[in-house]
Amino acid sequence: MIALRFALGIGLLFIVSLIIFGATELLPGDLAQQILGQGATPETLAALREQLGLNDPAPVRYWNWLSGALTGDFGVSLSNGRPISELIGARLGNTVFLALYAAALAVPISLVLGILAALWRNSIFDRAANAGALTAISFPEFFVAYILVLWLAQTGLFPSMVRINPATTFGDRIYMTFLPALTLTLVVTAHMMRMTRAAIINLMASPYIEMARLKGLSPLRIVLRHALPNALAPIINVIALNLAYLITGVVVVEVVFVYPGLGQLMVDAVSNRDIAVVQAVALIFAGAYVALNLIADVLSTITNPRLMHRR
Amino acid sequence: MSRDVLLTIEGLRIEGRSGDDWTEIVKGVDLTLHKGEVLGLIGESGAGKSTVGLAAMGFARDGCRITGGTIDFDGIDLRKASEAVKRDLRGARIAYVAQSAAASFNPAHKLIDQYCEAPVVHDVMSRDEAERDAIDLYRRMQLPDPDGIGFRYPHQVSGGQLQRAMTAMAMSCRPDLIIFDEPTTALDVTTQIEVLAAIRDIVRQFDTAAIYITHDLAVVAQAADRIKVLLRGEEVEEAETRQMLDAPREEYTKSLWAVRSFARPEQPAPTGTPILSVRDVTAAYGTVNVLEDVSFDIHAGRTVAVVGESGSGKSTTARVITGLLPPKRGEVLFEGSPLPPALKGRTREQLRQVQMIYQMADTALNPKLRLRELIGRPAQMYLGLQGGALTERVRDLLHLIELDPDTYIDRLPGELSGGQKQRIGIARALAAEPKLIICDEVTSALDQIVQEGILKLLDRLQGEFGLAYMFITHDLATVRAIADDVVVMQQGRVVEQGPKAEMFAPPHEPYTELLLSSVPEMDPDWLTRLLAAREAGQTPATA
Repeated sequence: MIALRFALGIGLLFIVSLIIFGATELLPGDLAQQILGQGATPETLAALREQLGLNDPAPVRYWNWLSGALTGDFGVSLSNGRPISELIGARLGNTVFLALYAAALAVPISLVLGILAALWRNSIFDRAANAGALTAISFPEFFVAYILVLWLAQTGLFPSMVRINPATTFGDRIYMTFLPALTLTLVVTAHMMRMTRAAIINLMASPYIEMARLKGLSPLRIVLRHALPNALAPIINVIALNLAYLITGVVVVEVVFVYPGLGQLMVDAVSNRDIAVVQAVALIFAGAYVALNLIADVLSTITNPRLMHRR
Repeated sequence: MSRDVLLTIEGLRIEGRSGDDWTEIVKGVDLTLHKGEVLGLIGESGAGKSTVGLAAMGFARDGCRITGGTIDFDGIDLRKASEAVKRDLRGARIAYVAQSAAASFNPAHKLIDQYCEAPVVHDVMSRDEAERDAIDLYRRMQLPDPDGIGFRYPHQVSGGQLQRAMTAMAMSCRPDLIIFDEPTTALDVTTQIEVLAAIRDIVRQFDTAAIYITHDLAVVAQAADRIKVLLRGEEVEEAETRQMLDAPREEYTKSLWAVRSFARPEQPAPTGTPILSVRDVTAAYGTVNVLEDVSFDIHAGRTVAVVGESGSGKSTTARVITGLLPPKRGEVLFEGSPLPPALKGRTREQLRQVQMIYQMADTALNPKLRLRELIGRPAQMYLGLQGGALTERVRDLLHLIELDPDTYIDRLPGELSGGQKQRIGIARALAAEPKLIICDEVTSALDQIVQEGILKLLDRLQGEFGLAYMFITHDLATVRAIADDVVVMQQGRVVEQGPKAEMFAPPHEPYTELLLSSVPEMDPDWLTRLLAAREAGQTPATA
């Protein structure tokens, strides 16, 4: 079954690659013209077209692009002629670092808050946690980011701009990226926390929870051992969606903190009409979504004995 | 009874919330239980049996609160005790066995992990000791493969086995008291006997006191020393089991005995083309055949009861007839001409002729629709009624099922009792003016008195409209009451069929004999006698 999911994931990525390629094909205008500008002579245009392979039929160009991408070669940037893999390499690392950093903060916080809110439901704690999380998610990301800059950067506690390069040590990275990671944490926590709370509370009326109470178990043990294992599937799926968002949706936060991630690269590429880069980044984003949801499906299966152990 | 008193409940009052109002559901019940004694608590649903049983653990379900009286368990006042004190008692000294073991075992954990939880949490045994003990108790409960069964998940074990595993789990801390809350109600008659015998033996072996909650008097008579009858939160009477069975004092108690007095008069032999013929039907889920060469006829104005244990293919047969599951082989004839195998291929007129009533009226009625719409929809869809004519039809149907239209037409299903909901199920089936109604265990979720009302209603409607019924049930008492013809199914095959009189008179097929002998009788010695007879091989129980 897991193999089937995996195959479906691959198939999905293939379809996504077709859509990405097809969508850029539909864009009006001539790439060579755009690169060389209005003053280009017909000869230079023809030469560039030949060099870029633009005269080949679309299926051939799609195949060349896809087979290159599969080996890590996304071609060259149209705006500065550097290999795209080189452009992406460091930034992909930065994006994944920030996403993991934010996830490492957000996932445990939302799980603990969600479990405690379910345990003490309708208490002051529950209301405060819900209100806090909903407030954080209701503000636009840039607003949260600027508030944090105002409170934590203006006071000199943390830097408001992230100046990192490959030589930056891990400890410095953690320190310098704290504000963007915290911003993202605030943005994604509410979703995961409330799903954890709802999934657990949904089960609290089950006969097996009543049975656990009648066995004289403590409320915390009931929630952790009897409700949580059965609530994992929806929680895992929401976590996966939020992690995917952390990788693909952080453009605004990257801009605020001048963080050199993929999001900024994509925005720059769009404004420069650097189609090759846009295609490459879009494919990576799609890959992240498909991979994370695949992992979520597999984990949901593994944590469900009814699917793992047939009769 | 000279033994020490274990549990004393006096003047117990419990309120339940409906919306913003609290209504009293237990109205001053007294109860005394001695060590090692088994008390049967019987009554219809809504009598407050389970609520009283849970109160004996100092527990009230969400939406319930204990408002008066005292609950004294071995010198501990459970109404004043802190949650911590009650947690120490629950599972350790007072244990609970729930109605549906399938729902009350946590699907995420193996049986033995759930067994070991209470002894380990309550510091009665170490995990290793608890595991060894579990295997020992599984063996005593006569579970198959006692060494291995604990390492399975609940979904890998059958309902009857789960119920025994749950009784073993309740025994894990060797409690002084076990509350059995309808432990065999959800089981087939044949399985019920095994579970009942296992419960009785283990309670005797460990000299455990028990409160046995059920609505089935014949079942409780096999296990209880004393019986207490409850009605709408009040005690009707209490007596030693034999005395209660031989000489019930109160009218209500007598009525519990008498409910199965209903019997349908013998019908003349059928003639002509049957309304419905099932011809050599073989059907499968995936590649597994669940029906093999099933054939039987249903004639107009007659009731065919299809009986068998769960898993015998009764409901699957209904799914084939209604077109929900197209058969692999064979066909279904309606008034002599074949019906398209799949639902999609059938015309609206063909669909109209066969209607269904379901077991769980609760889940079969859309909770958001008012009765006007619930009953009106089929009349609108099949007969094209609109506006005033439609309302008139709905009112007629409500009259037919003996509910006052002015009071009920705009109610939601949630505002009805269980029996009333099932009546709505009947009205909805009638609204299509069908020739055949398939009744799938329509009375098994209901109390005996309510059951009788539903059976009488079905019988009356059959007389008025010449309906044919296919009546799926595992309850042979119901079959005796309403059937004209009986089809006995086992493992997807018809093992015996014929008119009711023949079916209930010997000689029987071995399986029919097993089913018939498994129906509990109102005799406290019935189970002992039956088990002894089966032991001696006089009945084909082992066949």
